[in-house]
Amino acid sequence: MGKTLYEKIWEAHTVRELPDGRTQLFIDLHLVHEVTSPQAFAMLKERGLQVACPHRTFATVDHIIPTDDRSEPLKDPLAQAMLEALRKNVREHGIAFFDLDSGRQGIVHVIGPELGLTQPGFTIACGDSHTSTHGAFGALAFGIGTTQVRDVLATQTVAMNRLKVRRIEVNGRLSPGVTAKDVILHIIRTLGVKGGLGYAYEYAGEVIDRMSMEERMTIANMSVEGGARIGYMNPDETTFAYLKGRRYAPQGADWDRAVAAWKALASDPDASYDDRVVMDGGAIAPTVTWGVHPGQSAPVNGRVPDPAEFPASERAQIEDALSYMKLRPGQPLSEVKVDVAFLGSCTNGRLSDLRLVARHLKGHRVKKGVRALVVPGSQAVARAAEEEGIAEVFRQAGFEWRAPGCSMCLAMNPDRLVGDELAVSSSNRNYKGRQGSPTGRTVLASPLTVAASAVAGHLADPREVFDLGGAHAAD
Amino acid sequence: MPPIKRIRGRGLPLPGDDIDTDRIVPARFLKTVTFEGLGNALFYDERFDEQGRPKDHPLNDPRYRGARFLIVNAGFGTGSSREHAPQAIKRAGFAAIVGESFAEIFFGNATQIGLVCVTAAPEDIAHLMETVQKAPETELELDLTALELRYAGRAVPVSLPSTVREAFLEGRYDPLEVLLEAMDRIRELDRTRAGPGKPGVY
Repeated sequence: MGKTLYEKIWEAHTVRELPDGRTQLFIDLHLVHEVTSPQAFAMLKERGLQVACPHRTFATVDHIIPTDDRSEPLKDPLAQAMLEALRKNVREHGIAFFDLDSGRQGIVHVIGPELGLTQPGFTIACGDSHTSTHGAFGALAFGIGTTQVRDVLATQTVAMNRLKVRRIEVNGRLSPGVTAKDVILHIIRTLGVKGGLGYAYEYAGEVIDRMSMEERMTIANMSVEGGARIGYMNPDETTFAYLKGRRYAPQGADWDRAVAAWKALASDPDASYDDRVVMDGGAIAPTVTWGVHPGQSAPVNGRVPDPAEFPASERAQIEDALSYMKLRPGQPLSEVKVDVAFLGSCTNGRLSDLRLVARHLKGHRVKKGVRALVVPGSQAVARAAEEEGIAEVFRQAGFEWRAPGCSMCLAMNPDRLVGDELAVSSSNRNYKGRQGSPTGRTVLASPLTVAASAVAGHLADPREVFDLGGAHAAD
Repeated sequence: MPPIKRIRGRGLPLPGDDIDTDRIVPARFLKTVTFEGLGNALFYDERFDEQGRPKDHPLNDPRYRGARFLIVNAGFGTGSSREHAPQAIKRAGFAAIVGESFAEIFFGNATQIGLVCVTAAPEDIAHLMETVQKAPETELELDLTALELRYAGRAVPVSLPSTVREAFLEGRYDPLEVLLEAMDRIRELDRTRAGPGKPGVY
């Protein structure tokens, strides 16, 4: 019987079975940011411990950093304090830090792959749930809490229970205007936000095989929204082509040895899975959320659901979601007015996301009254976008072109919703209050749908706004 | 780290599925370099309106003051990995959470800081919530050895992974000391395994 990539990597990283039955797992790469690490460094100090493997630890600043005026001291003294705490901690422990002036700063899940830090076969941990993003490379990558950040700093290991593996095959071909974001929103709607509890998700099938690395990252990123702590794709030629020549990737003869090793890590054809799900990619439409978790979604050309259509046990939760979102059952989603359009985040803030939108946005203008911003995922993305003229396309269209960070995905910096503003957002979470206002409303969508909605002033089907063909009413 | 075998106290019902960690601790309270004082941030935006006036919420209800058990439904703690969420719950005085199911990262974070999360059948949770809503003074007793929750003359089976139960019973839920025992093997893996910019075994 063959093995899955999950089993192979798990076994290769098992330090030992702990007395309580958990596994002590070695971590190849530890990524650190300013929000979930200061307490961990403090705990380390309290116990008089050092960082065990500083050369496997890389830090950047992303969550709290402003995307407009970044001159220091930052206007928010708490943000400045967190930035300084991180600088002090990395200096004390000899950890590589991609600071604001490094030219390499960005969202931790954007810069890891971009720098070649993220590699197939690695175990990757970070105090951030969207660490699942790195699974796109055929790595076991997962979010951890701050006490576990301490564990990784002190021992380069964590104590974990093994997960089951569910293979999700998306076959067929996506229709024009349908993107990776729509695929993962569709998967989450189908399997539920609790569907992945206890599982790692292995994504496969024709649609996934054809995807670029950046598209795969969008999907792996939101595994955690589907309840799966880990999501991954098997490494293939697309993976290797992406990594080749990147700063921290293997070079020369080491590269060839690495590729051979990576190929052997992919799940065997006769591997057994705890569960298998098959989906038709051709049936997926541009998708938006209407509720307060990422599983509450519908095709953008459809309608807000009627709670009466759901089982009695689910009605109260759906009514609560619609009341928070101020939406009516049966209302066409295209009637939903948009106040803010946010393009960015570790889900959809990469160069290919911006390229795709810019290609279609040319000649369009953001609707008057809509506040639209683009926040590139990293300084490298921002530079490339400037060079390619993409930034200018956004500016011409009426988008604000900002500096890199997490920004309005979770609004720990000054970018946030005001009152009950509604944002159409390329980020990953539409929880109540997520974008910085306790009554703010979030509609998750693909970058194309965000741009189409910004242009229309209401939720809009990118196939119609950008004339992509293939649009038809869902009902 | 003392073993955790038995927890006694009153309960606080918090109904609803998929309660995410952004609701448990809104992101603006994460702008801190310590966990101190986080108990006050617990469900802040659900407890207070934008002027800071208390809203109708179980955590503002004096009948539940001093409760040690949080009683929840399914998918509790979904979303962000912020340990601030279980830290806030613990710092607000809770010792255990009884629910239908928990998000993976939240569960792990809670375990490591000795906040016990156990699951029970949906019908048992419904009965427990109703009992406590009607009679907030009801005393609950969670017995991790017997894997039972006892209250009002009932004994309800609860579960948690055997590894985690062991860790609580033996006072080893914070694994750092045990992890440190393997430093020799860890050094060897660090030497042989590939890393960023470092050739080696994959």
